[in-house]
Amino acid sequence: MARIIVVTSGKGGVGKTTTSAAIAMGLAKRGHKTAVIDFDVGLRNLDLIMGCERRVVYDLVNVINNEATLNQALIRDKRCDQLFILPASQTRDKDALTTEGVGKILEELSKDFKYIVCDSPAGIERGATLAMYFADDAFVVTNPEVSSVRDSDRMLGILSSKSRRAENGEEPIKEYLLLSRYSPDRVKLGEMLSVDDVQEILSLHLLGVIPESKSVLNASNSGTPVILDEQSDAGQAYTDIVARYLGETKPHRFIEEEKKGLFSKLFGSK
Amino acid sequence: MSLLDYFRSSKTNTASLAKERLQILVAHERASRNQPSYLPELQQELLAVIRKYVNVGQDAITVNFEQDGNQETLELNIVLPDER
Repeated sequence: MARIIVVTSGKGGVGKTTTSAAIAMGLAKRGHKTAVIDFDVGLRNLDLIMGCERRVVYDLVNVINNEATLNQALIRDKRCDQLFILPASQTRDKDALTTEGVGKILEELSKDFKYIVCDSPAGIERGATLAMYFADDAFVVTNPEVSSVRDSDRMLGILSSKSRRAENGEEPIKEYLLLSRYSPDRVKLGEMLSVDDVQEILSLHLLGVIPESKSVLNASNSGTPVILDEQSDAGQAYTDIVARYLGETKPHRFIEEEKKGLFSKLFGSK
Repeated sequence: MSLLDYFRSSKTNTASLAKERLQILVAHERASRNQPSYLPELQQELLAVIRKYVNVGQDAITVNFEQDGNQETLELNIVLPDER
């Protein structure tokens, strides 16, 4: 049986697709057969972040409508043979998704895969609610910013009431906080909510902090999940997150300000 | 923090303001999350009925829904104007 992870946030632009691509690649690189599914029907972008946009032939909606088999639609990643991508449809609207259709796909994938990562669209419409409906674990991606924190809390409410686990009275979805675009220097200046503040408001288990990083844009420019940039702070943050999710103990990093030299202390380098 | 920042940063701490606003908002939204969805409509209709007899303002009625274990309580509070 596969473990189904939903990457969600409510608010757009906080890093859901970046996170989905990174953790799916991270899990696959650790040797676990992983599928990552784009639920943003009409506005797909996971293919672009994963760098396989020119290899898309069939998509999620084709499989739901029996126009293609799952094996025809899954794209095997060229960098890691344990990773498969199921793109969203670019032409249909979100109503093409059905609970039965998505359920059938996840059930079929579960026989063969260890992890299934569902990249949720922003908002609380069908794509988003279906991405989380079948989940076992939820990665709530949050920026240290008021609207993102509020939307995350809203998503927590939906996760606990409108999922398959909730409806069947099973053990609830395990929820984890991923705090992204974090700037320790701005936190120190009192300009940004700290990781403790966000945790206190949302009362969530912290899986990791991803620092604000130039490497994220560089990675998306080139269609490479940022976790493959092993030198970068964001890449390392995601590597830690995958390790923690798999049960390893890793001390949290990127929460404190980097030590700077006297020169940059006096004149500021950022 | 650079030397220049040091002189500039004596402004208000906006992060603590954000935290305070969020704590209030999130608590409020969590409380209303578990309420039945008919509550606002119920409040409007009750207000209409009462206004047939007494002239009361928009905020004369407060409807409170509480859940305590298996027991659900609907608390209704109507403030009548002073009799002249």
